[in-house]
Amino acid sequence: MLIETLSEKIFDTPEMAATRDGFGKGSVEAGKADERVMVLTADLAESTRAEWFQKEFPNRFIEMGVAEQNMAVVASGLANYGKIPYTTSYAAFNPGRNWEHIRTTIALTKLPVIVCGMHAGLQTGADGATHQMLEDIALMRALPNVTVLSPCDAEEAKKATAAAARVGGPVYIRFGREKTPVMTTSTTPFEIGTGIELWRGVAPQVALVSTGVLAYQTLLAAKQLETQGISVVVANIHTIKPIDETLLEKLARECGAVVTVEEHQMTGGLGSAVAETLSRKYPVPQEYIAVQNRFGQSGKASELFAEYGLTSERIVEATARAISRKTI
Amino acid sequence: MLSSARVRELNATAEQIRETIVQMLVAAGSGHTAGPLGMADVFTALYFEVLTHDPKKPEWPERDWLILSNGHIVPVRYAAMAHAGYFPVAECLTLRQFGSRLQGHPERELLPGLETTSGPLGEGLGQAAGIAYGLRMDGKPNRVYCIMGDGEQNEGSVWESVMWAGKEKLNNLVVIVDRNNIQIDGMTEQVMPLEPFADKYRAFNWNVLEVDGHNIPQFVAACEESKQSLRPTLIIAHTIPGKGVKEIEGDYRWHGKPPSKDEAKRFLEELRTLGGKISSEHQ
Repeated sequence: MLIETLSEKIFDTPEMAATRDGFGKGSVEAGKADERVMVLTADLAESTRAEWFQKEFPNRFIEMGVAEQNMAVVASGLANYGKIPYTTSYAAFNPGRNWEHIRTTIALTKLPVIVCGMHAGLQTGADGATHQMLEDIALMRALPNVTVLSPCDAEEAKKATAAAARVGGPVYIRFGREKTPVMTTSTTPFEIGTGIELWRGVAPQVALVSTGVLAYQTLLAAKQLETQGISVVVANIHTIKPIDETLLEKLARECGAVVTVEEHQMTGGLGSAVAETLSRKYPVPQEYIAVQNRFGQSGKASELFAEYGLTSERIVEATARAISRKTI
Repeated sequence: MLSSARVRELNATAEQIRETIVQMLVAAGSGHTAGPLGMADVFTALYFEVLTHDPKKPEWPERDWLILSNGHIVPVRYAAMAHAGYFPVAECLTLRQFGSRLQGHPERELLPGLETTSGPLGEGLGQAAGIAYGLRMDGKPNRVYCIMGDGEQNEGSVWESVMWAGKEKLNNLVVIVDRNNIQIDGMTEQVMPLEPFADKYRAFNWNVLEVDGHNIPQFVAACEESKQSLRPTLIIAHTIPGKGVKEIEGDYRWHGKPPSKDEAKRFLEELRTLGGKISSEHQ
């Protein structure tokens, strides 16, 4: 069943909001809490929701034009001087286009710049493959010194955005375009580096470990599995790096099998991070719900999730496969 | 105006810095020779005349910022910093060695006073512009100096930064381009022509000055003149790569290699005798 801060109502009439809206609110919150906070955008003030901060703090907002590489290095300079800048663009360009600038002038340099990649994943929809970033977690997770966040809904995105300013080092946060169900509430715990269980069945047989908005599909799968008499745990890993090794090991020992769920290439994403952890700590069979070495294409988010296998039905099937691979 | 005695003093310091550069490169066994020697006069002028700074307090909030974008010429910065008192000159001989604070390309985490980590080209100007923007936001008078190479101008992201600094009229920002006409694969005008170089920056709303990069009073005067500008300033410093060692001056093949021990002996002899004009104490 759902943990106590989540309401059953999310299965019937969920409130819908995009995680990028969570950025808009969280950046204003961060700006109020700390006057060093700034927001930069690369000609995408409206769609990244950077304009929500701009309206509140016009003097701490910078329009960079369509120049993501310069945005990264200017943010590095601002942070070096003493500011806490958030850079905003689509994930395909920030960190896709400007990755080496981030690597050298932010990650290696350990400066508190918060790189915000919007319109990540297949949910970007009609824009097609060029704009559907599916490799951003891999790119940013590979960099030392960087905290990587991938919130599951608008509420968590707001918390992640506000918390990022307090990290004191480089952070990457991934956001999506589409309105998706808001599952968590103001009282749901959020602490960077600590995964949270969203659902727990009695004597669970499989741990479903998700990141980002597919947490909702994972909860739907858990509910469906419950009707089939299969008990699972659903854990939301909003912090991909540093990953919550304690929770993952605990779940692997308890359940004996894992299914990872993400809107990202299988290579280098959450599934890889989980495998890297469990192969050292407590190896168990693992199934992957992820994009399988393909680029995206135009379509509605729901059509694309179906085409690429990112649905509750596929999660249910993967759970059955994971159980069948268990040795005990 | 600098007095002639002061100019002589600065020129002598530049020669000491050149000697240190040759010594550190030969000790390291790898690194870049031409650029550091060519920029010795500019770095001397900056550290000993232009910059507001305190070698004992590298993080002093009132300091001017010096950003080295083309990090590969960092031996000249290390040598100038050491002679200015940031750390012992002897430490220069640890350049590029395991465990040294003097990395092959500069890392700010390791050595106080470096300001940024650099080497990958095209990234220093934007950082300098970000610092300048932050200083201006807070009403601070500090100035930001950024050194770039001429070959570096090939990088696309340089021009993103040039465009933005021009848009923001960052008149507390001074860029010094080492116009030595060489890059790794040959002469800049053959590899990727830059001319008309000054016009390019002017078209992006910059104030452009040109100086002889080996004429310290001229360079210092240009830095002074930049303070009157309402726009960011580019100082094109025309330099001779390898300056001070006749047999390598102007030769692009010396961009990225250090002298051998025998070559270093000859180079130091030439530097110490001012090309045979004086006798060296080491003779």
